[in-house]
Amino acid sequence: MTTPYGAMLDSLTRLRGIRGVLVVSMEDGLVVAESLMAGMKGSPIAALSATLATRVAELTGSSGHGLPRFLHLQGGDGALLVAPAASDLLLVAVAGRDVPLGLLRLEMLRMAERLT
Amino acid sequence: MTEDIRALSAQYAADPSSLVFLRLAEALRRRRQLDAALKIALQGLSRYPHLPEAHDLYARILTDKHDYANAFDEWDTVLRLSPDHLGAHKGIGFLYYRAGEPDHALYHLRLAAELDPGDAGLRAAVERVAGGEEIWEAPMPEAPPEREEEARAVTVAAGDPFAGLEGAEERLLLVDQDGFRLGGGLLSSDGVDVSEAAAAVLAGTAREATRAARMLELGEWGHLTVEAAGVGVCLLRPTPDTSLLCTMDAGLPAGQLSFFAERAAKAARAWLERVR
Repeated sequence: MTTPYGAMLDSLTRLRGIRGVLVVSMEDGLVVAESLMAGMKGSPIAALSATLATRVAELTGSSGHGLPRFLHLQGGDGALLVAPAASDLLLVAVAGRDVPLGLLRLEMLRMAERLT
Repeated sequence: MTEDIRALSAQYAADPSSLVFLRLAEALRRRRQLDAALKIALQGLSRYPHLPEAHDLYARILTDKHDYANAFDEWDTVLRLSPDHLGAHKGIGFLYYRAGEPDHALYHLRLAAELDPGDAGLRAAVERVAGGEEIWEAPMPEAPPEREEEARAVTVAAGDPFAGLEGAEERLLLVDQDGFRLGGGLLSSDGVDVSEAAAAVLAGTAREATRAARMLELGEWGHLTVEAAGVGVCLLRPTPDTSLLCTMDAGLPAGQLSFFAERAAKAARAWLERVR
């Protein structure tokens, strides 16, 4: 990890059950920085997260609730968490099954505030 | 035929991810071993969810099991994936005819006959449904009769799915897969009715969630929760072809939003079962 975000991402991946964490450009869905478990590919996670975040922003915007602050997609085998940040960036985490997400959410929200 | 099934079973066992499941399940279906055929077809569908032939096969097995409603849905899926699918037009035509809807039956059977002009049986079926050979002189309709719109009208006329639930008209919104509002309503934080605007985006958001969950191997998604300015939002799918949006003040515990959303999803499922 050589990007300026390295230490931040590594601190999240140390949390139990986290498969990977990324900083993603929301506009083009590209990886800005990543810290992933072996075998995981950052590009599809980035693209899918950015598309989903864009859709959700349209949804909250169209319903008069402004921009989303945090997204949590819960599946039977894991979860995708997205915290929009400044400068059109997203902080994205992929978690495994049965991971306590409260601490992760708080950490992501805190870090998203620092992302520029 | 027995040997065929044995040989196909062996091929399938050697490579379960191959397309041989199509031939094996069809062979079993023809032998009237419908449960075995169904099992193989479902295994194949789980591997190839976007393969029209897999849905077509599954629909034929369901038809043989007299599960016509689900067979219809499967052929409908085939036509979404492959609009000129001969088997699906024949199948849906048959189901419409059986349901006493000759106009719809005729539309699909004529399309099938155009796709396979050499099928004398199919031409005879078209003439039988139409009541004569002169059907071939009539122009082919450009679109099927407005069944979907009729169904939606019936659904909407059946009352509100969330009647009796708190926030039924301002915090709960149910849409179909095309973003058509089926029930409920949504108000913005300043009291403006934003139901239609949100409905238009809701189904697409649910599709993105489905795509993300599948491609990231998260399993089937249960809910998408969103924190926004002053509001918590929960998106669920009460059924595979509907999406439900629930909103709640952000100050309330997240568990309360989940509980509220699950209750609304249950009400929506019960209502959909009733009206369908």
